[in-house]
Amino acid sequence: MSNLLAFPIVIPFFCAALNILVKNGIFRRVLAVVGTAATLAVSIALLTAVEASGVVVLNAGGWAAPFGIVLVADRLTALMVAISACVGFCSAIFSLGDVGSAANRAGFYTFFHILLGGVYGAFLSGDLFNIFVWFEVMLVSSFVLISSGGSKAQIGGGMKYVTLNFISSGLFLTGIGLLYGKAGTLNLADLALKLASPADRETMLPAAMLIFTAFGIKAGLFPLYSWLPASYHNPLPTVSAVFAGLLTKVGVYALIRIFTLVFPLEGTRMADLLLILSLLTMLFGVFGAATQMDARRILSFHIISQIGYMTAGLAMGGLGGLLSSIFYTIHHIAVKTNLFFVAGILEHTSGSGVIGRIGGYWKTRPLFSFLFIVPAFSLAGLPPLSGFWAKLLVLKSALSLGFAVTAVIALFVGVYTLFSMIKIWNEAFLKAPPTGDHPTRRIPLVFFIPVMLLATLTLFFSLIPQGLLSFAEAAAAQLINPTEYINAVLFLSR
Amino acid sequence: MNSIPLSIISRLLFPLQLTLSIILLFRGHNLPGGGFIGGLLAASAFALVGFANGSARMKTFLLFAPSVWIGTGMLLALLAGLMPVLMGEAFFKGLWHYGIIPTIVAGDVKPGTPMLFDIGVYLLVVGIASHLVLLFESKGGD
Repeated sequence: MSNLLAFPIVIPFFCAALNILVKNGIFRRVLAVVGTAATLAVSIALLTAVEASGVVVLNAGGWAAPFGIVLVADRLTALMVAISACVGFCSAIFSLGDVGSAANRAGFYTFFHILLGGVYGAFLSGDLFNIFVWFEVMLVSSFVLISSGGSKAQIGGGMKYVTLNFISSGLFLTGIGLLYGKAGTLNLADLALKLASPADRETMLPAAMLIFTAFGIKAGLFPLYSWLPASYHNPLPTVSAVFAGLLTKVGVYALIRIFTLVFPLEGTRMADLLLILSLLTMLFGVFGAATQMDARRILSFHIISQIGYMTAGLAMGGLGGLLSSIFYTIHHIAVKTNLFFVAGILEHTSGSGVIGRIGGYWKTRPLFSFLFIVPAFSLAGLPPLSGFWAKLLVLKSALSLGFAVTAVIALFVGVYTLFSMIKIWNEAFLKAPPTGDHPTRRIPLVFFIPVMLLATLTLFFSLIPQGLLSFAEAAAAQLINPTEYINAVLFLSR
Repeated sequence: MNSIPLSIISRLLFPLQLTLSIILLFRGHNLPGGGFIGGLLAASAFALVGFANGSARMKTFLLFAPSVWIGTGMLLALLAGLMPVLMGEAFFKGLWHYGIIPTIVAGDVKPGTPMLFDIGVYLLVVGIASHLVLLFESKGGD
């Protein structure tokens, strides 16, 4: 029993409650930074706790699993919570300059905290129904954040987002219902025991496919990604940075969790299906990005293509495949959030996100331009940046397991990503601005700090990858052999 | 709308509905009822006052802004989860005080953190439902 697990959920909700009670704008801003910093501290404590004891479990209310609500953190969970807390903290700092007093008064920070609480809750849940509940918490708060500006484009993007995600929720709930009707439990560890034989899992294939489709929509897999580029470029830059970093990755995390623990993919036809979908996701993502000229839209399409790499790792399976999937996810969260911050800064300082209409940053803002290079070239996979290691891991497991086509497509998409990043670099940074006047507006410190922090994190993953690699490898080992997870939840925590 | 019968009846019904909502709140731990249902009933009492006499009257009946009800409710519910943590027990474990508070309307009430949680839910539901009613009553704008 460890009450530590409750705090990543309690702190955001406590902050949200205070936000509702106290109307003072400055208090809300300070609380956002302090609250997310506190969550970050808790998440680091959680990392060390998991490092020490493998799997940490909390039976909420003292009711033992599988009857009570259980929060579980293994290495993967702790890693995801920690990197999300980093994103939360950086976005809170970024929001100080980005969120105006009107949005603040309208309750931006309330929903910001609730969204983060929902993300942590989805990571920490030990049963399917609570994952569903946290998905809904995330969905409602993110819908408010997407459409809060009230412009036509924002409401339109929000409607597309919410419609497809409601369909996803419906499919998920149907799957949960089927599973509960057959197995009589929704606790993940208990389900893993009840569906231990492949014949039992075969009978639950409809439920597995429904859940797979639901998570596929959340993660933005081909052909269900259309909600993502329609909605991510409209809201406040802080909002789209948090969404880009976290929301689709919660879907990826849920896919990894369910399809290693409850329905292991190893040797099933679902693995082939997932691999094909992953490759198509990679390709359609980069092709979509090639036609776009708005910085945030280009980046949105690249989220999709990168999701393909993460799920390809899961589909290939084995220690190497899962390791590459986990490493890719963590690297991607830091990099993608940072790129959306940079796109937000471009919009704030030039008044437009369309890269054809802006330019000249390299001449007047060299440090800022360098801070773009780190995440952008890391995303494209140039050595020695973290994206290179992530892609190398995918390639390595593809080649060692004999997936030649996967390796070729992964390389091709990498080159194409580089093309997109160079497009942004040439247009927004290198070329002279079309209007003639270079961007001279000062970039506020609150914009610089989060970009700098995340770039440092990326450089840390790039230059000293051993730390993350060995932790991710241990996490993948826990996923492959789930007895430690099952024992910790069902037997040791009583 | 200004209807004298409705206005009079709402004043008669208001204390009845509020009492019933509190009975539902306190019997909810073992019997049908609880914070959610009780809160909805209380909110409907406030809403009836609002429909009969206008939203200004509803706001005075509520005493506090809906946001205060919502925030306080959330904090109480969180407190119910955190109190056992302070005592070294699992998050949200029910802590009971082995005394009994006799009340006239709701019988004997056992004080404990699940009760506190229900009270939090009650306040939250009253706040959210009244907020919605007030929004629908307002003439647009904000």
